[in-house]
Amino acid sequence: MTGKFNEDLMRNIEDAARKGKLPRREFIKYSVAAGLAASTASGLWVDKAYAAPKRGGTFRWGIHDGNTSDTHDPGTYVTRQMIFLAHQYRSYLTMINPDNSLGPDLATEWTATPDAAEWTFALNKNASFHSGKKVTAKDVVASMNHHRGDKTTSAAKSLLTDVTDVVADGDHAVTFKLARGNADLPWLMTDYHLAICPANADGTINWESGDGCGPYKIDEGEFGVSWSLSRHDGWHGEGAYFDKVEMIILNDPNARQTALVTGDVDCVSLVELKTLALLQRSPNIKVDNVPSGAAITMPMFCDTAPFDDVNVRNALKLSINRQEIIDKIAFGAATMGNDFHLAPVQPYFPADIPQREYDPDQAKSLLKKAGAEGLSVSIHTADSVFSGAVDMCVLYAEQAKAAGINLKVVREPNDGYYSDVWLKEPFTAVSWGSRPTPDVMFTLAYKDDAAWNESRWRNPRFNELLLQAKSELDDAKRAEMYHEMCLLMRDDGGTVIPFFNNFVFARGKNVMHGPDLAASWACDGARAPSRWWFA
Amino acid sequence: MGDVLAIILKRLALGVVTLLVISVLIFSAVEMLPGDVAEAVLGQSATPENVAAMREKLGLDQPAPVRYLSWLSGAVTGDFGVSLTSDERVAEKIGPRLVSTLFLATYAAVIAVPLAIVLGVLVALLRNTVFDRVANVLTLTSISSPEFFLGYILILYLAVKAPLFPAIASLSKDMSLPELLHRTFLPALTMVLVVTAHMMRMTRAAIINLLASPYIEMARLKGAPAWKVIVRHALPNAWAPIINVVALNLAYLITGVVLVEVVFVYPGIGQLLVDAVSKRDFPVVQAVCLIFAATFILLNLAADIGAILTNPRLRHPK
Repeated sequence: MTGKFNEDLMRNIEDAARKGKLPRREFIKYSVAAGLAASTASGLWVDKAYAAPKRGGTFRWGIHDGNTSDTHDPGTYVTRQMIFLAHQYRSYLTMINPDNSLGPDLATEWTATPDAAEWTFALNKNASFHSGKKVTAKDVVASMNHHRGDKTTSAAKSLLTDVTDVVADGDHAVTFKLARGNADLPWLMTDYHLAICPANADGTINWESGDGCGPYKIDEGEFGVSWSLSRHDGWHGEGAYFDKVEMIILNDPNARQTALVTGDVDCVSLVELKTLALLQRSPNIKVDNVPSGAAITMPMFCDTAPFDDVNVRNALKLSINRQEIIDKIAFGAATMGNDFHLAPVQPYFPADIPQREYDPDQAKSLLKKAGAEGLSVSIHTADSVFSGAVDMCVLYAEQAKAAGINLKVVREPNDGYYSDVWLKEPFTAVSWGSRPTPDVMFTLAYKDDAAWNESRWRNPRFNELLLQAKSELDDAKRAEMYHEMCLLMRDDGGTVIPFFNNFVFARGKNVMHGPDLAASWACDGARAPSRWWFA
Repeated sequence: MGDVLAIILKRLALGVVTLLVISVLIFSAVEMLPGDVAEAVLGQSATPENVAAMREKLGLDQPAPVRYLSWLSGAVTGDFGVSLTSDERVAEKIGPRLVSTLFLATYAAVIAVPLAIVLGVLVALLRNTVFDRVANVLTLTSISSPEFFLGYILILYLAVKAPLFPAIASLSKDMSLPELLHRTFLPALTMVLVVTAHMMRMTRAAIINLLASPYIEMARLKGAPAWKVIVRHALPNAWAPIINVVALNLAYLITGVVLVEVVFVYPGIGQLLVDAVSKRDFPVVQAVCLIFAATFILLNLAADIGAILTNPRLRHPK
């Protein structure tokens, strides 16, 4: 590298190249002008530039986790089939960008009152449903009300409990009135349940028809089997390069892998980690391994002996060798946890909190302090929690022996694990999907009065901070509060967090995507069909 | 022939009683499963209020016997109700799946039954030769391996290493019949491999059993060639046990194929049943199980009638 290297300029040049706006020769010329040696610039072109997206082709997408009993009702979205499909034929107010920032979808911009208790979203005037009808504020109000009120059967009800009213402000703006300030409301609008559906005259929504305002419209399909979609020409967004999208439900890991290898599909949403190394050897397949905010947790009841002693809790947190668990159970496809429920890819991640290491000696001395030497406890788990959940606990039990802890692994039936074991047994293994912001996650499972406070942890300072941070619009102050909350969770909380699992998916080598992949769902935030293209 | 008709009517009446008993058993079994449809549909993220609202909407707040009787009163008039999870008519939900399953079962049966019987006759004719041994070892190996394993082996050799057939069966409505037969060949072949051994060995055993009979010896003594002795003289008397085994295997082709469906991503009725059980969708579970039970009852009845018709001694009891 020679001369003065202008980083900002270089970043702009790389950006332009990535978006296909800068041909190779120009790229090298500008890079050299920015201070790079010509040979370096030439090599950089290969790394940084992405061909301009091309339109055309049918994207055949193998999806895991689909059930014949799934429906179009956004309130009961639960399987990947429903969620992934929703991101094609329906739209949301906001979306998580590939770089994990918050971006516009149906809403072009949003503003809040200073106390964050009232939010107004301006809607994109070009947005239309597949039926041709324009998307108006009435549709948004009806779509939100589907998840509110006493009669709703929506699983997103708890997300919107603070919303006291949603009112149309003309045809192209919607105002949310909240009982108390919530700085995260625009982030909440990315939740997969909150899809915008066409309103009926009576203020309910017509979810049954499958009409939506997303990038692709449904041509035909059957839940649990497959879906055919084609591009919605009136879509308000940028992208949707494929002409058609075929979503094929492939629940069997082997069927998924074979379909990709034989070229029956162009992309699969989940790769079996056990055979990942073999799949990577195929020259025609590219594997994407994307860190996510989805966590594996092991909550202990902080109000139940012996976990009511913080020393016992911390001893258990110190007796787990996270690296070994990531290597052997997650086959390396995971990000290490640090006993607070916030992943590096999520907003406000406190990067400077030191990693808790495996330290059986310190665990022993903590147990001695607590008068609980030779601790004997049971951990409840089931294979359905995640593939390898029982193995993980058995490995943990082996590791804990070094601290003199006798950890008994109780294997529970897969069926009904979350209704009969979770929240009922004092020490369990749990799998959590990613939530968009720390506030959502903490309010859901760590707030003192939360129905799912899975560790029964009631820390006054934590709860005070949680309420303060919720309505704080100053990002720097908020980050400080989340930093302190994470420290409290780590050092006083009742949850062992071994790791955050990565999204591991694969595509044929002719399928291209941009430089970043969103961490909200597998396959670029479940938006591969509208963001990716064929080479 | 009047006797046969009486038998059919009696057996059909018994069949209806059997179905009724089965429906009670299935209802209680679904009731005994932990969790209910509301919890299963709403998933891990449901709050107690959601679940309560869902239960009320689906009528789950009523006691179990009331719910069973209201289902039964509909079922006897041919109305199997609506799916609890998707609000679709059960008949509409099951119809296309049943057609797919019957198509695959027919496809497999059309290959497997003649193949098994011809092989059975051949191994009986060439008993204790190398051909007999090899045929036995091969068919027994295929019946002893789990279906999904056979499926994987076929995928490996016929779809991945030599790309002759597609690895997944993804069907669409506008497929021509040859295309359909091509796309579903591997699942059909898997099922052929699973059921052939049983039918072939029964054919072989039934024929060999008869070979010691005096009338076979008579046929041999009068100089009939070996194949004629078996096909003309032994086989007609061996039909009864063979038909029974064929019927059992045909029933298996319809009811026992969920693993094959999963491996080849074939949208059949087995997968529908598994999904319905996992969601506690009782009307769908009940309807599918009754279809399975009726399949067994009808095929067994057909087997018995077939055995009577092929045996003059049973047709004209003294």
